[in-house]
Amino acid sequence: MKYRSQKVAYWFFALSMLLLSLQLVYGFIMGFAHMGYDGLHSVVAFNTARAVHTNLLVVWLLSGFMGAAYYIIPEEAENELASVKLAYAQLISLAVVGVIAIVGYHFNYWEGRKFLEIPRPLDYLVVVNVLTFLGIILVTLFKGKKRTTTALVLTMGLVFAALLYLPGMIWFDNQAIDSFFRWWVVHLWVEGVWELIMGGILSFLLIKITGVDREVIEKWLYVIVGLTFISGILGTGHHYYYIGVGKIWIIVGGIFSALEPLAFLGMALFAIAMYRKGEKKHPNKIALSWTLGTAIVSFVGAGLLGLAHTIPQVNMYTHGTLVTAMHGHLAFWGAYAMIVLAIISYAMPNLTGRKLYDTTTGLYAFWLSNIGMLGMTVAFGVAGVAQVYLERKVGLEFGDVQKEIQVHFLILVSCATMFTTGICMYIYEFVKHGRPSDEALVTQ
Amino acid sequence: MLSKSQAKTFFLGGTIVTFAVFLALSWTSLSNEVPKRTHEENLTPQVVRGKQIWEANNCMGCHTIMGEGAYYAPELTKVYERRGEGYIKAALMSKTPWSPRGRKMVAYGFSEQQANDVVAFLKWIGETDLNGFPPKPDLKK
Repeated sequence: MKYRSQKVAYWFFALSMLLLSLQLVYGFIMGFAHMGYDGLHSVVAFNTARAVHTNLLVVWLLSGFMGAAYYIIPEEAENELASVKLAYAQLISLAVVGVIAIVGYHFNYWEGRKFLEIPRPLDYLVVVNVLTFLGIILVTLFKGKKRTTTALVLTMGLVFAALLYLPGMIWFDNQAIDSFFRWWVVHLWVEGVWELIMGGILSFLLIKITGVDREVIEKWLYVIVGLTFISGILGTGHHYYYIGVGKIWIIVGGIFSALEPLAFLGMALFAIAMYRKGEKKHPNKIALSWTLGTAIVSFVGAGLLGLAHTIPQVNMYTHGTLVTAMHGHLAFWGAYAMIVLAIISYAMPNLTGRKLYDTTTGLYAFWLSNIGMLGMTVAFGVAGVAQVYLERKVGLEFGDVQKEIQVHFLILVSCATMFTTGICMYIYEFVKHGRPSDEALVTQ
Repeated sequence: MLSKSQAKTFFLGGTIVTFAVFLALSWTSLSNEVPKRTHEENLTPQVVRGKQIWEANNCMGCHTIMGEGAYYAPELTKVYERRGEGYIKAALMSKTPWSPRGRKMVAYGFSEQQANDVVAFLKWIGETDLNGFPPKPDLKK
């Protein structure tokens, strides 16, 4: 690392690792419940497990993005972070809000709106937290020596993500309008501004790992985030097909959703092309695997599987079934989980000075988690298609269909075990790096 | 060949144009379509109370409504038409976990009044025009 204050990033990454491991526990609870083993029902009912599983995902990804920003911005702006103390305070408040929310979910304290379950009073704390974070980043950036495109795109993504949280905090009596604005948060996050964050981090990693000229990489970064917004903003329409807000969205959503894979294809081709073009071969093979991996898996999970599910004629049948879970798992894994794991893999040796660049454990972690997640996606897909056919075409009762497809959850849980093994190995490597140290400072 | 400033214009221009179109379409939908399609005149205080109970207990954490939620329990958009008031109230007021086909629901043990509110909410949901969702099972004999 080049700046002492970058060390803050380590603690955000550590929080991410902790929350990720908890997320997996709740995933297993749901997997077993789907197989018929719901022994924990009275303690952790399915709706609790579900809210905890998805919210932990969001919080560990956000913590990862924040850590990434605290690592990247000083280096890009050539300036120490504006306030390290505030950054630590922000980390602690993030952890506290997360813990209160998750404990609350076990005691029926929530706001039952998918992905936005955090109760209203805690929402205000989230706002304060995010404003503090943005304040630190923006002051650092504007007091810095340089304002690079990579830093600007990353910051723009973070600012818009904060703004878009607000429509989700308004109460609407009408369920259709409620749902309409809920997607302003959820969709415009994951298929809009989060992709700016992802693009910013990816561009930083490619500049560092491949050694290709910054101007070339940043030019293509603009093209890709441009494609993302052009397709993604009107692509929100695919959530509006069947929720009572009009027919126009079937046309608009259908067309622009079909364009959404282009942005991800662009990202994949871009990463591979830069890797091949690059003359510098950075020794951190593990970070390279995650960086190329995120570009490719996000194209398959978010791009292709998303397309398969958002064609209106298909979505009429697959909307609200396990097919959504199939797409959701590979999309979040490929686009967001893997980019966070990529930046952590890149940053850790630089923060701690221990150069675990090419270890067997690190590579196994990459392959086991990826193959495990692909297996889970296939299991969800098979279960989902069977569900769609039996329930929506043949007209069997929901409960009878669920019994028919239980067996696929055995495969799902087996693949999830493989995935979890991979994640455990990743966390083992994380711990083995040790703490960040001033001895790792590189003077130029 | 594309220059960096052209790429930047493409990004900013594309974003502004699509966002403007998105806002215009949103405005039209919310002001013209939603009131008609959701029969807003039937959105009584009781329906709103039902929605509050629905959210306070995270029903979406297991069920879907308008196809949105979790996939552990049945889709409820048309449940009023499918099961009728008596059945829904029995499930909501049960003091032991309701489990018609083995899968357990949380035993909410709602009062008669609360159950009526949720029923009113589900009845209202069932009457909204969702462009044909959920589809009719066309292979059913």
